[in-house]
Formats: sequence, C-alpha cells, structure tokens
Amino acid sequence: MDLNILWFILLGVLLAGYAILDGFDLGVGIVHLAVKKDEERRILMNSIGPLWDGNEVWLVTFGGALFAAFPNAYATAFSGFYTAFMVLLFALIFRAVSMEFRSKHDSPAWRSFWDVSFCIASTVATLLFGVAVGNVMRGMPIGADMEFQGTFLGLLHPYCLLVGLFAVATFAMHGSIYLYLKTEGELQQRIREWMWRTFGFFLVLYIFTTIFTLVAMPLATHNFAEHPWVWIVVVLNVLAIANIPRAIHLRRPGYAFVSSCATIAALTFLFGVALFPHLIYSSLNPKWSLTVYSAASSHKTLAIMATMAALGLPFVLAYTSVVYWVFRGKVQLGKFSY
Amino acid sequence: MDISVLTLSRLQFALTIMFHYLFPPLSIGLGGLLVVMEAMFLKTGNPGYEAMTKFWTKIFAVNFAVGVATGIVMEFQFGTNWATYSRYVGDVFGSALAAEGIFAFFLESGFLAVLVFGWDKVSPRTHFFSTCMVALGAFFSSIWIIVANSWQQTPAGFHIVGEGLTARAEITDFWAMVFSPSSMQRLTHTLIGAYILAAFFVMSIAAYYILKGRHLDLARKSFTIALVVGALASLAAPIFGDLQARKVAQTQPAKLAAMEAVFQTGTQPTPLYLFGLPDANEQRVKYGVTIPGLLSRLAYGDAQKPVAGLDRIPRRDWPPVAMTFHSFHIMVWLGLLFVVLTLVGLHFRWRGTLFEKRWLLWVFVWAVPLPYIANQLGWVTAEVGRQPWVVYGLLRTSGALSKAVVANQVLGSIIMFIVVYALLFAVWVFVLDRKIKQGPDEGVTVPITTTSAGLFGVAGLRAGTGGASLTETDNPKAKE
Repeated sequence: MDLNILWFILLGVLLAGYAILDGFDLGVGIVHLAVKKDEERRILMNSIGPLWDGNEVWLVTFGGALFAAFPNAYATAFSGFYTAFMVLLFALIFRAVSMEFRSKHDSPAWRSFWDVSFCIASTVATLLFGVAVGNVMRGMPIGADMEFQGTFLGLLHPYCLLVGLFAVATFAMHGSIYLYLKTEGELQQRIREWMWRTFGFFLVLYIFTTIFTLVAMPLATHNFAEHPWVWIVVVLNVLAIANIPRAIHLRRPGYAFVSSCATIAALTFLFGVALFPHLIYSSLNPKWSLTVYSAASSHKTLAIMATMAALGLPFVLAYTSVVYWVFRGKVQLGKFSY
Repeated sequence: MDISVLTLSRLQFALTIMFHYLFPPLSIGLGGLLVVMEAMFLKTGNPGYEAMTKFWTKIFAVNFAVGVATGIVMEFQFGTNWATYSRYVGDVFGSALAAEGIFAFFLESGFLAVLVFGWDKVSPRTHFFSTCMVALGAFFSSIWIIVANSWQQTPAGFHIVGEGLTARAEITDFWAMVFSPSSMQRLTHTLIGAYILAAFFVMSIAAYYILKGRHLDLARKSFTIALVVGALASLAAPIFGDLQARKVAQTQPAKLAAMEAVFQTGTQPTPLYLFGLPDANEQRVKYGVTIPGLLSRLAYGDAQKPVAGLDRIPRRDWPPVAMTFHSFHIMVWLGLLFVVLTLVGLHFRWRGTLFEKRWLLWVFVWAVPLPYIANQLGWVTAEVGRQPWVVYGLLRTSGALSKAVVANQVLGSIIMFIVVYALLFAVWVFVLDRKIKQGPDEGVTVPITTTSAGLFGVAGLRAGTGGASLTETDNPKAKE
C-alpha cells in the first residue's frame, strides 16, 4: 500500500472519529428543544459540557491533515465551498457562544433565545456537513486548473440537500441515543420515545439516500463491482442499523450507542469507497478530477506525516479514552443548581 | 464593488488573526503560571494555593474556549481565501499544521476537561499532571505555528517544483524547515511576549482585589508570582528581541530597513531613530530624533558599517514603511516600559511596601491593555514588514488568492466576522467580568457526590446555574 492510499484511509479515520464524536454533541443540539423545562435543558447541555470542545478538535485535525496530505483538494474544496463554509464557521462559533452565554442570566426570554440559537446552529452545521458530502459524492465543476467553477446555489442540488437531511437525521438519532445513555428516570423515558422517532426519521432518509445514490450516482458504485468484499461492510452496516431498534427495545442503551457509532463508521467507510481514488471528482471532465495522486503532497511529506501519526495517534487514543472514562456515568445537576 | 478581492481578503485575514491572537498568548502564559501555582499547592499543601489555582483555571477556561472558536476560522481561511498560497505551501507548511493537530490540540483539549471539571474526579497528582499537559499542549501549539510562520519569513529546507501557476515548494529537509534561520529566535520572543501578557493580566486582577480589599491572601500570592515571572520575561524581551532583529537584518533586509526607516544606505554609520514620522514618498523621516551610529551597532554589531537601506530594494518590493516603523517602535517602547514597571514593582515588593502603594497598584490595574497592544504590534511588524511577499522572496501576497472567490463573497464574510466577533468579544468581557467579581471559592467546600453516578454530578454541581459550559465552575455562594 502506498502512502497516498494510507493518507486517504487516515483522513477517513479522522472523519469517522469526528462524525462519531462531534456527531452526538451536534445531535444533542438538534434535539435540544424537545425538552421544555430549564433544568432538563441544562442536563442535556451538561451531558456534552466537558466533551464537545475535544470533539471539535477532530475536525481541526482533519482539516490540518487534508491541508498537509492533499493541499490541492483542501484549496479547491475550501475556496469552492466559500460561502457554505463561512456559514458553517458562523454556526460553529454561534453554537459555542450559545452554550457559554445561555445560563449566565436568569430571564426566560434570554435562555430560550440561546436555546433556539444552539439548536439552529447545531442543525445548520450538520446540514452543511451533509451537503458538502453530497457534493463530493456527486462530483463538482472543477476546471483543468483545479479551480471550482460553479456557484453557491449550484451546490444545493436535490441530492446534496437529501444527504444534508440524512446527516441531520443520523446525528439526531445518535445524539438521542447518547442522551438515553446519560440520563435517568422520567426524562430518560421521554428520550426513549424520541429515539424511536429519530430512528424512524433516520431509516426513511437512509432508504431514500441509498436508492438515490444507486440510481443517480453511477460514480458512487464503480468500486463495488471491482471489489466485491466491500459488500461485507454494507451488510455490517445494515446489521448495525438493525441492532439499534433491537437494543432500544431491550433497553440496552450501551448496545444502541455502539451500534449507532458503528453505523456512522460504516457510512464513512462507504463514502470513502465510493470516492476512491478521487478526492474531488470533476463533473466537467473526469481527467480534471483531483485524485489521491494528483492532489497530494510529495512522498517525503506524506512519509514525515505518517511518522508523526504513528508517534502521536496512540497517545491521542489513550488520553481521549481516559478523559471519556473520567466523565462516564449519568448527568446529575447539583442541589444548589437553583 | 470597487474594492478588490485582494484588499478584502487581507483585511479579513488581519481582522481574524488579530482577534484570534487576543487569546492564545494568555493561554500560553497563564498555562505556565497555573503549573507554578498548582506545584506550590502540591508542595506546601496550603489551601490558599489550591483556591488560587482553581480561580485562575476558571479564567483560563473562558479564554481557551474563545481561542479554539477563533482558531478554527484561521485554519479554514487558508483554504477559503488563500487557495493558491495553500497549494504553494501545503507540502511544507502542512507538516507543521498536522504536527500541531496531532501533538498539541488533542493534548490541550483532552486534558482541559480534566483540568476544569476533574478536581474531585482524579487525585491531586493526576490533576497536576493534566495541568502540565494543557500547558505543554499550548506550548507545542506555539512551536508548530511559529515554525510554519517562520518558514514564510525565512524559507529553508525546500525546493521549488513546477513552473508558473503550478509551481510549489516541496520539502527536502524537514529539520531544516523546522529550524529555519529565524524560527527559534521568533519562538523565544513570542513565548516571552505571551508570558509578559499573562503576568500583567494576573497582576491587573490581583491588584484590583488588593485595592478593593477582597481575597487578599490569594491576590497577594498571585501578584507576587506574576510579578517575578513578568519581571524575568520583561528583562528577557529586549535581549531576545535584539537577537531576533539581528536575524531580520541578515535575512530580511527590506523589513529591517522599514522597521527603522532607513531610506538611504549612505556611507556613514547608521543612526537609530528614537521617534519620527517616516514618509515613504519623500523618502525621509520627519521630526526624527536619533542616536548616531546606534543602528549599525545593534543590527550588525559593528558601529562603522552602514545599514542596508530601502534604496537597495526595488520599489515594488518595499513593505509599507510607516506602519512597520510605528508598530515596531511602539512595541519597543512598551517593552521598555514593562521593564521599568516590573522593576519598580519588585523594588517595593522587596521592601514589603508594594501592597500599600495604591497608586502603583492602580497603574498595574490599568496597564493590562499594553502587553496586548505590544503583542499585536510585534505581529504587525513581522507580517506587514514581510509584504509584499506572503512567502518571503518566493510568493507575492497578490498572487496567493483563491481564484474561485469573488469580492462580494469576501465582503459578506467580513461583515459576518465583524458581527460574530463583536458578539464573541462581548461574551468574553461579560463572562470574565463575572468571574472576577465572583472571585475565588473562599472557605466553601464543594460537597463531593458519593453516588456511583456522580461523575457528571460534580460537573453539574460545579456548574451552578450555568451548567452547560467548560467555564462554569461557579461559586455556590453566588447562587441564591
């Protein structure tokens, strides 16, 4: 296996890590308004309080690694998605500000304003991630000079919007399951109800997205014919999805959460399979596509970075696990909360 | 729109980087101070030091959160606004950014959760270890980002592959890139700047408490630690600043000439301007006050050798002279002021009368914006002085833009950043003000939950009314 492929895989690992980890805290934001009582909303926010910041680092590292390993893909995608990414930054900052600001003042109007903006920012950020994935799946108008030649509105093709909604549904389900894991009592029972609803929403969009992809995105399936073993992952993905309602029914939130993590990991993997060896497929002329070779840094840089990843990644995984272990268990608000 | 994409993109970069750089220096410096404070707690067992560490941790957390939020913008912006630059430098610059992500960011953000929320979750030693890791993460982060920036100032360890529009720099020697001619001097100077800033920040709040007669024990201890660190850093600044300026004289003569407004090389030893108003059109300095021959001595260590002036540089390669000159000079004067202030402070502290000198404490309360200004101006000198190049001598700023982006898009995003950053700044000031008014948890023992489900319990407990944030570790007394 050459280094270009290794870095394609490592980027996939970073992306999957981001989608699994920030996925549940974005999901908590998406379903945030479903509870009405102030104390319950605080429980929801507290469930991700110490963790969201570290989760967002996966996105930062994904961006840094993309820049380093495939600078041309980074430059083309980020300048091509200019307006979309500015809105994304706006949403991510607003989300952080909402969490910081919300509880600093007692007025109900104040709190509901920040609750609503927390929910909208989480939803918009997720939607945009999905739209970006949809565009990459579909191919983008890339010229011979590797530059994006489309418009912002051109990025909002129905398929891309569908993938955006699918991302919202996936994270909403993932976040609900996380909350089921983190809460107890009557609140947990209500969350169980939303879990069913978000799962239904997810399942419908999963089916639609799959059909749309198979019918209208021939590019997405070309690797499946050549590498039949990929079907194993498809089967595992379906099994993981099927295990979610089973685990909810058995009241085993841990199983449900592991299954939903596995679902997201499998979806990320299939996204990578659909794409490979392209990073950005040119819808104007396939020869102008950015591939893991044409967009890459030099062999030497990829080798240096592989060494760094080999040195750094075990530590990252070790202390991320330790931090999650330290903050395991149910959320409880203190008696003097107010 | 008449304004070009270039002007707007530069404006946006200046706005976002200057706003971002309000936060990292405090994280770097205060991170180090937290290590000192908590080490003193572990060594002495004095609960005063524990209350002190906890209090400054709250401030650290507020600052850190805003730093992360504004930092993501910087990373995106290379690709969104400066795509051509990203393609050009990605191979070299990318290794440094990737190293920052893998070695620094995860370390900082992971252990930050333990630092802020983990007081009752882990043993004191483990907690101290987490504090050290957060400080180390901030330090690693500064190393890699300065390495990347220094490569833009003094490129090394690379070769150019391709021609014209497809040309790019590729790495040939990783360690030569890391230790590019200016990187270590610039790193030292930046870290010193961060420590001065953090020291003045702590002294400002501590002096305020002393003046108001609140939290006296904590305030005096904090002030003393910060004063010692601040004095050492302030004394080190001119020494290492001088080393760095000599390196600039050697590697970036146009920048040095602009910093000192040397228009003509001449044949005599070059004087140093203490003050003056340089005029690039007339190529002279108005109302200048000089010390004869000093610049030659400072720049080359040779009092006779004339300093290379802007007359040796093609006019199209000149940096903006007045802005570089003023930024540099104001920074230097501020640096000297920090030496005077901290030495006066140390003198009275030595005599034991510092905390009765109300006028001096008020000076320290209000001095806190000055190191912020000095840090910003240092970067203005470095970045504006490098113009018109984005990678010195290799790639012009005007040739580094994104080709797919038009002026209205950038105008839109600038307006968005102004709105969001104004809001963010308001949050930061508001939250900081509350933390300062609230002060430390004095004499209040936070009950430790003993339920098996108590891990988040304490996070919630400590969160008080706030709850949802890394920065909420409120004083229960304030919660009635």
